[in-house]
Amino acid sequence: MAAATSSPRTEQLSRLQRWGKTVRIIFESRVATVGLMMVLFWFLLGFISLVWTPYRPNFSDFEQNLRPNSTNWLGTDHLGRDILSRLMAGTQVILLKTRLPGDFPILGGKAIPGGVALWGVFGSLTLGSVLGLNAGYRSGWWDQIIMQLLDALIAFPQIVLYLVVIAALGQGDLVVILAITVTGAPGVARLVRSLTLDIKTRDYIRAAETRGESVWFIMFREILPNIRGPLLVDSMLRVGYAIFAIGTLGFLGIGLPPPDPDWGNMVNDARRNIFFNQWAVIPPSLAIATLVIGLNLFADGLREEINRYQK
Amino acid sequence: MKSEESVGPPVLKVENLAVAYKVRGGEVEAVQDVSFEIHRGQSLGIVGESGCGKSTVAWSIVNFLGANGYVKRGSIKFQGQELVGKTGEALRRLRGDQIAMVYQDPMQALNPSMRLGDQLREVLTVHRGLSKKEAERRCIEMLERVYMPDAAAVMKRYPHQISGGQQQRVVIAMALLNNPALVIMDEPTTALDVTVEAAVLDLVAELRRDFDTAIMFISHNLGVVARVCNHVGVMYAGEMVERARVGDLYANPQHPYTQGLMRCVPKLGSDKVSSILYPIRGRVPPPDNRPAGCIYGPRCDYAQDRCQHEHPALRPISGVGNWARCHFAEEIDAAAWTPPEEIPIPTIDQPQSDNQPIMQINELSKYYEVRGDSLRDVFGLSQPRYVKAVERVSFTVPKGKTLGIVGESGCGKSTLIKTIIGLEDSSSGEAQFMGFDITGAIQQRDTQLIRELQMVFQNPDSTMNPSYTVGQQIGRPMERFNTVPKNQIRSEVIKLLEAMRLGSNYYDRLPRQLSGGEKQRVGIARALASQPDLVLCDEPVSALDVSVQAAILNLLLEVQQQFGTTLIFIAHDLSVVRFFSDYVAVMYLGQMMEIGPAEAIYAPPYHPYTEALLSAVPIPDPKARQKRIRLEGAVPSAMNPPTGCRFNTRCPRRHLLPDPDICLTEPPWRDVGPDHQIFCHHTVETLSSFDPVIAETV
Repeated sequence: MAAATSSPRTEQLSRLQRWGKTVRIIFESRVATVGLMMVLFWFLLGFISLVWTPYRPNFSDFEQNLRPNSTNWLGTDHLGRDILSRLMAGTQVILLKTRLPGDFPILGGKAIPGGVALWGVFGSLTLGSVLGLNAGYRSGWWDQIIMQLLDALIAFPQIVLYLVVIAALGQGDLVVILAITVTGAPGVARLVRSLTLDIKTRDYIRAAETRGESVWFIMFREILPNIRGPLLVDSMLRVGYAIFAIGTLGFLGIGLPPPDPDWGNMVNDARRNIFFNQWAVIPPSLAIATLVIGLNLFADGLREEINRYQK
Repeated sequence: MKSEESVGPPVLKVENLAVAYKVRGGEVEAVQDVSFEIHRGQSLGIVGESGCGKSTVAWSIVNFLGANGYVKRGSIKFQGQELVGKTGEALRRLRGDQIAMVYQDPMQALNPSMRLGDQLREVLTVHRGLSKKEAERRCIEMLERVYMPDAAAVMKRYPHQISGGQQQRVVIAMALLNNPALVIMDEPTTALDVTVEAAVLDLVAELRRDFDTAIMFISHNLGVVARVCNHVGVMYAGEMVERARVGDLYANPQHPYTQGLMRCVPKLGSDKVSSILYPIRGRVPPPDNRPAGCIYGPRCDYAQDRCQHEHPALRPISGVGNWARCHFAEEIDAAAWTPPEEIPIPTIDQPQSDNQPIMQINELSKYYEVRGDSLRDVFGLSQPRYVKAVERVSFTVPKGKTLGIVGESGCGKSTLIKTIIGLEDSSSGEAQFMGFDITGAIQQRDTQLIRELQMVFQNPDSTMNPSYTVGQQIGRPMERFNTVPKNQIRSEVIKLLEAMRLGSNYYDRLPRQLSGGEKQRVGIARALASQPDLVLCDEPVSALDVSVQAAILNLLLEVQQQFGTTLIFIAHDLSVVRFFSDYVAVMYLGQMMEIGPAEAIYAPPYHPYTEALLSAVPIPDPKARQKRIRLEGAVPSAMNPPTGCRFNTRCPRRHLLPDPDICLTEPPWRDVGPDHQIFCHHTVETLSSFDPVIAETV
């Protein structure tokens, strides 16, 4: 038996208990629970698709443009591929894997875990945080220059930015990630800057300054950990935007490269054949919508629940 | 004086009130079993430490408990009408017509985007149906009644255009416009400076007599309550533990908690050598985990078996006028109290006074450049203008001693220590610390120099980084300055924690698991971790409750004894500064007005400003005789300070000079005693002739 703790109150929660507490917060909010369920549903489908899909997603095994029927539950597309299988496999590029180009060092031609949307958001978080922290903490000229540049970037319509990036670098998963990073970073930077402006007035920042800590230490070790809450919620929303962006790019025909299915491309293809087959456009559209709505609900519920019980 | 005794039916009668808040996983009873009544012309003070439920009582009367709070039991009768359960229009009418509230922060009580006149008039046009013109006239009358200079012009201004004290006057005027039967004041002077506070309290006391309203006055400050109330209720952990007339309460407190509170506050004029502060041991129980029996039982020095099982009722104590919630109130003799063993009492031996100066500041100034927003300013073409935050300040601090700096907000005391520690660079003058130059900002300083100068901060909630454990935060300075080998940091931190009277089990705690006092202890430990020679304390106790404040002050004294640390101590509470410091400097508008040994500052000869400050200090003794000096007007802008003596625009002693215009020239530093200097045109003889502010206290 372990030695009984002498502490009268159980101050020390184990890591597991603390996690339990966090998870309970999610389930306190009905909105967050529903959102989480919707997101988990697509993750689950994606994982299943890694090992099993009803039919082969990239092969024309069936007749073209079938309506939903007992064999192909969601019908087939204009090349006779099973839509359900393609829908399931389409989750992968968004949420589960990123395909690297053939000439990539070491990992060339292989896929790394984490979907394009997740890496894109991670990229914009990193870039945005660095810029926002510098602007917010250093203020003065740093702030002016960084924020003016980002404002200029925001002034461009996002689609134009996507087109510019892709026109310059060509198609590919990494390019899409880069496009999401560049378009997402200004928003993150603004958020981080405003949070930093608040946190930097706290006394513990003065304490760090009176210790003569370096600017980078203060930004990344003293400030960043304290803004992770709002940043996390924001990044959930951003994953939603990123999925949307991938869909938009796919719809424009400049998104993730074929032949692997992605939802945006599927909508685009189905749109072209909408007069022959009205059914094919619905499943991928719904998939994008539900995943984005799920992430939004989850983020909103989480934010509400965190704010409500803040002391 | 009118109706000192209760006559007729009470204006407000609260009986067995219990208020609960719904929280995650249940509910918390913030207030339990509170009963009191207020009659016309009476003012009931409610005192207690933070979290004892005093504001909750006030909010329950006007049903402002928020979405998750509700009255669980009991009744609130206002002029015979039951208020509990009343909502909507009826309550709204009542609140507007009969009950008025004054809040802590006047800036938040006034709408910043409306002219004051519009806000004031609205009260009368909406609730009384007066015409605009008539309302205007009444508002101006009322503003004049609260001694607002130039009332008609104030009506046209916006809230940000008048000072904080004036804002609070407007709020009070607004509260009184409808001639309400009850005014609830929730810490109305806590956000104000001591001289402004004194004037507002005078006003409250006067209005109570003139308007014959009932006042419920909530405060955490025993001195403030003593000045304006005639009845006092003491609250502790959601219950009222003692209720008495003000004279009885302060002269003869019956409940052990009230007695304990009185021992926690330093008396104005007492110092650390001659008197000791006794903190109350333990801490206030959280509302969801209150002990059975007497709630004060676990902290009480007189607790017996009965206190653990039987909940005492608030009952009249025979022989005195007090009501107390204690089983043994009759048997307890406060005078025979001896401190229990476990309370740490610092021993102060007057140390080896070699008086080696550790820090010498000479004519140090700090100006901030102000940028306008005209086009010329943007291109840097116009004359730069400066806020003269600190102007030509000189002092020395002897090694191992404490220098207290007092002054009202905006006097430059915070800027001064920011400049000393290097968060700001200085504009001109000399500053030396242990022979090193410290006029520059921290980036230009040597690591060893940085190590020797550390700081303790004011706000316990922001002094610690919420993301790191106590151990990590105290260990960081050791790591950074290499004062301790890496593998011994943990044991050193634990040693420090124990010196702060926090056990080693605090090492892995996060700040949110600590109380305010504990956070402040950790803040002190972090400042001491690099073994500095000088620690700057920026209001280290002003955000704490009095019982915790006493413990922290004792701790700082002990630290100073043990490590021989020199301290510079900033506070706005003059009693605390007097108690804690060896030397005191008084600052006004960026300039030092008086500096000298603590005991000399608090007795004549005074600088006229020091005299005014002292006469404004609220003293927790309704019988104390205090000279009444109130400063006129507001502190002038530091961008355009008065020429000569900066205090000349408000000086109450200026007319005593044969030629008052001499104040427009720079006054001389007059030596009035050993190490004691006053910055004034008055001769030492005149200054010495002033009466002491506080007549001989008993």
